[in-house]
Amino acid sequence: MARLRLLGPARDAAGTARADVPGATVGEVLDHARARFGERFAVVLEHSATWLNGAPAARDESVGEDDEVAVLPPVSGG
Amino acid sequence: MPAAATSPAGADWVLVTDDPLPVADALSWAVVPRCGAVVTFCGTVRDHSVGRDGVEHLHYECYEEHASARLADVLADARRRWPVLGRVALLHRTGHLDLKEVSVVVVASAPHRAEAFEAARHCIDTLKATVPIWKRETWSGGSDWASCSREITEVSDAPR
Repeated sequence: MARLRLLGPARDAAGTARADVPGATVGEVLDHARARFGERFAVVLEHSATWLNGAPAARDESVGEDDEVAVLPPVSGG
Repeated sequence: MPAAATSPAGADWVLVTDDPLPVADALSWAVVPRCGAVVTFCGTVRDHSVGRDGVEHLHYECYEEHASARLADVLADARRRWPVLGRVALLHRTGHLDLKEVSVVVVASAPHRAEAFEAARHCIDTLKATVPIWKRETWSGGSDWASCSREITEVSDAPR
């Protein structure tokens, strides 16, 4: 279980900014999110970066309930 | 480094805020005796983007827990590259912005203009690629996320 944070277009596609999602790794959390939030979210996810607690994360990194996995679509600040 | 709404005591100022950006304050704050050059860059809300005429307003949102820290990383990276820099401010607005409002400010002072220009240019380019902020555009034909977006990268990946 980890806290999932969905940002910008990912939040829009999922219909929520935060969710608690099961999974022992970053990849499992993302797979659960994809199943829960549907096709439109899956498309955004495919083009997004993933952070774990504020730093880029690989799918095989393990997560606990105090960890935050974030989905960051391409950015457009400035 | 705390995100400060008023000019800080130190030489670095980063801020992410829903309020109008303090452009004039940042410029005057950046002037110090050992610096003879101050470069200010402001990004402002434009009335069009690619394929979207008649842009009416923008809405910026950020990853609140990390946006200011990323701005601070960009600033620290600029200091490593240009150690002569005097004061540097990196300010970004979030929330609703109307046409012509200032969305981002970079101010850099240095003893001479070359370093001030180079550092300011580097800061805005790196900021746009590395800070977790998203822009939603409302134009005459609808409303959607900005199409000119880029995969987020690390500050350490910025070109030399």
